[in-house]
Amino acid sequence: MPSLQSLRRKIAAFKNTQKITKAMKMVAAAKLKRSQDRILAARPYAHKMRGVLSNLSRRVNRSAHPLLQKREVKKIEVLVITSDRGLCGGFNGNIARKSAEFVRQCEAQGLTVGLSIVGRKGRDYFRRRSWPIRQEWTGVFDKLSFEHALDIGGDLTDNFVKGTFDELHVVYNEFKSAIQQRVIVEKLFPVDAATEFSAAPAEGVASGAYLYEPDEAALLSALVPKHFQVQAYRILLESAAAEHGARMAAMDGATRNAGQLIKKVTLYYNKTRQTAITKELMDIVGGAEALK
Amino acid sequence: MAGKFLLEVVTPEKQLLSQQVDEVIAPGSEGEFGVLPGHCHFLSTLRIGELRYRVDSQTHSMAILWGFAEVTPTKVTIMAEIAEQAEDIDVERATAKVAEAERRLQAGGLPSEVKDAQISLEKARLRKKIAERTKKTGHA
Repeated sequence: MPSLQSLRRKIAAFKNTQKITKAMKMVAAAKLKRSQDRILAARPYAHKMRGVLSNLSRRVNRSAHPLLQKREVKKIEVLVITSDRGLCGGFNGNIARKSAEFVRQCEAQGLTVGLSIVGRKGRDYFRRRSWPIRQEWTGVFDKLSFEHALDIGGDLTDNFVKGTFDELHVVYNEFKSAIQQRVIVEKLFPVDAATEFSAAPAEGVASGAYLYEPDEAALLSALVPKHFQVQAYRILLESAAAEHGARMAAMDGATRNAGQLIKKVTLYYNKTRQTAITKELMDIVGGAEALK
Repeated sequence: MAGKFLLEVVTPEKQLLSQQVDEVIAPGSEGEFGVLPGHCHFLSTLRIGELRYRVDSQTHSMAILWGFAEVTPTKVTIMAEIAEQAEDIDVERATAKVAEAERRLQAGGLPSEVKDAQISLEKARLRKKIAERTKKTGHA
């Protein structure tokens, strides 16, 4: 039977843990609110942009811009978006598992796969398994801004143009709601000609009926790089919001679990105390009885 | 006339507008262009300028700083870097900005600094113009 003191200590320790998880939950909730606002505000722009671009890529000549090129796919790049911090439930685990699975699938098809990683957790995961990492960015999410998207998007577009890879896929957590995230694998390069948007502008426009101002080349060189920056930004925002949501849920669960443990141990503690008192009483009564 | 069409204005920060309108006049990089319902497909870059749109007989105005416009027969999508409704512009601030940019332009400096100053002057003048007009007439 554990001593009463050790039980008391245990209860105190659980209470401390509960305080911490509760505080983390509060912090996550506050951050969630902010990042949720940001992603919801940024989404329409990013989606419009993608709509315009995939519309456009149906019509223009693919060789008109280096970023629109479709090459035979031999090398692909996987951009994995994870968080810098842990304690957010299955957030990073899900991403890591999904991307590892995806990489293996691609390798099984005889493709060369490169890894680009955002976030400390993902980097550590793949480093521990000594998978080669081509490029990594950490500490992005502390102060997430468009600059980061420029940085990451710039590196990836450069490498695509240079031919480091022929296709880019992104694995990230999409923010569905405060308590729900969805792991998404999305192809970013090259742009697919209006697949999901094909329904919208199906009026069968001949390419000649489309006017550009200024000319097509100038427009593309302004629009296309912008598109990738915006998409990179959107994906980072999605992931940030999803991370805070996941952390809030995880910490909520932890706080509740700690509460249950406290209840259980307190009950056990009281029982033990009662037993000890009963025993002492019996000793006294037994002693008094013997004296008679 | 063929009725109304949808005008949507989005910026990276938020969706500013989604409304049925009768007419749009936008600041294309090669000059202003007007859009009425049934316009042919058209894609253009935008410069710093004023976006005007008409709903029935009411004309509204908005400051647009760079971006893209996609026009289809039934819809106009404006993707702007920055966009501000005329009603939201602070006249005093815009006026102060004009003065500041003019001073910076006078001071000269590196070519890139001069260019910066020119751009911010253009931005500030546009804001001021739109804001003052809105104030005077009650609407743009």
